[in-house]
Formats: sequence, C-alpha cells, structure tokens
Amino acid sequence: MNDTDVMGDELVIGGEKFSSRLIMGTGGAPSLEVLDQALAASGTEMTTVAIRRLDPSAQGSVLDVLRARGVKVLPNTAGCFTAGEAVLTARLAREALETDWVKLEVISDERTLLPDPIETFDAAERLVADGFVVLPYIGDDPALARRLEQAGCAAVMPLGAPIGSGLGVRNPHNIELIVESSGVPVILDAGIGTASDAALAMELGCDAVLLATAVTRARRPDLMAHAMRAAVVAGRAARLAGRIPRRRYAEASSPMIP
Amino acid sequence: MNVTINGVAHDLPTGATVAQAVRILTGISSGVAVAVNDEVVSRGAWDFTPLAEADRVEVLTAVQGG
Repeated sequence: MNDTDVMGDELVIGGEKFSSRLIMGTGGAPSLEVLDQALAASGTEMTTVAIRRLDPSAQGSVLDVLRARGVKVLPNTAGCFTAGEAVLTARLAREALETDWVKLEVISDERTLLPDPIETFDAAERLVADGFVVLPYIGDDPALARRLEQAGCAAVMPLGAPIGSGLGVRNPHNIELIVESSGVPVILDAGIGTASDAALAMELGCDAVLLATAVTRARRPDLMAHAMRAAVVAGRAARLAGRIPRRRYAEASSPMIP
Repeated sequence: MNVTINGVAHDLPTGATVAQAVRILTGISSGVAVAVNDEVVSRGAWDFTPLAEADRVEVLTAVQGG
C-alpha cells in the first residue's frame, strides 16, 4: 500500500494528477549525481529548472537527469525582475521544454529575493491569456492569492520564508487564510529548512510543498530528501485525520475516579 | 555582419540564419530556445530566419535552479 492509497487522495494541478505532494527544485546541488540520488529519495514527480544562457562548456544536463527519472519538468522564471522578462522567459521555456507549465517568479530585489506582487500579477494575466498553466510564487498574502486565482492561475505558491533562508513557515496564520479561501492548490514554496517545516505546511492545509536548498545543501541530500518525503506524507495524513483541539489545561485520557 | 550571441560579439556572413548562430554554441537543438531581440524564434523557423546587423541573439536552455 503506497502513501496515496493510505489517504485516498491525489494532488491535481491544471487537470494533471500527482501522487507525490513534494515538488523539488534543482538549485544548489553540488553535482548532477547528488541531485539524481536526492530526487530518487524524494519520490518527487515534478521538479523545477531555471532557464539560462547555454554554456557550451557545461558537463551533463539537468534535463537528462529529470527525463531519465521520468519527472515532470517545471520551468521557472527565476532571475526575472519585471513582468516583461518573465513572460519572455516563460515563452522561451515553452519553446525549449515543450511545456506550457511555468512557475512564475518575479523578484523585487537581490537581497531578499522576495516576489514583486505587481509585476507577478501583470505577468500572470499575460501568461494565462497566452495559454500557460501558471503557478505563481508569491508572498503569504491571502488577497493576492485570491486575485491570482481569479486571474486564472492553476495554483498559488506562497512562501514560508525567503528563498534559501531555511526559516520555515514564518506566518502560519496567513498560510491558513490562503488555504481556507483558495479554490486552487496551495503549494508552500521557499523557506523550508527541515522536515518539521514541511510537515507543518501540510498540517496547515497546503496541498504540496516545493523545496530545494533544504535538501541540496544538507550534509546528506539523499537522506534529507527521504526525510522531506516522509514529512510531507505525515503532514498530509495529519491534516486529513484532523488534529485535536488545543486545550489550556490537561484532559485525562482515562477516568480519574477508580 | 556583427551580431551578439549570448552577450559575445560575432562576425557572421551577411544573410546568416538563426540556425547558424545556434550552431556556433551547440550542435544540439533539443532543450534549446532562441530569442532574437527579445522575440522568441521557434525551432522550426531557425533555418529560415536571417539575422541582421546588430541583432542580439540569446540561446537558452534549462539549468539547475529553483
């Protein structure tokens, strides 16, 4: 019995079904071999790549690794600062990778790498109109998440904390608010530092978690990938099972009178 | 004819195509996309799209990231 059978639910994004709720990034891995082992241990079915100038001296290709693993490739627009750059990058990704899926990422500055909401919304509208399946990376802003859903995005990807920070889910309340009002999958993206962060995101009701650095820069990436896989499954199961209410005082689990 | 390919100046014969510019960098077309002056040129059009003086050619592919 696999994890999906236990819980009887699949993740559906843009009409496509996934049994793994762990989406991996590929950034930060010291080598393609280490990345490949981590991807295998994670059980991921979808993994992001960036689009950059072709380097004729580059050894090996991340695409070859992903294709050999049968993992769906999700191009992102990392490195873009404006809607115009992001739209062009998405179109180039569609041409290079023959996919109309895109993780839309428009950052505001290099120090925080926080997403720019104005440019992101502008790009999302243009990409949806151009037929893309758009998964926007956003701050933990319930109002923006709702507007992006209304604009036709296939999912929303609020951050837990800044990219690569490993600070975990800094505003669980906002993530819960996004989950409550969202009609599209909510994917917690960025900020995950360790397995309990991923489990918390899922317990809050997120449909999936996207992470890279926490695995690729761990001392043992394959082992952390395994931990993340288990954490996402555990968090999802706990969400579906329903946690007990928090109480101020003890409640005996057996009668107090003999 | 001077064109820029991925930020580097190249002297190409007049009438050179996008396909010729790509071949300077790579013999592989799978997983590669091209923009000329910020407009995507689809793979099927590379052989038939001539470049002009001062064109900016960007040849891109997927790398680790995100």
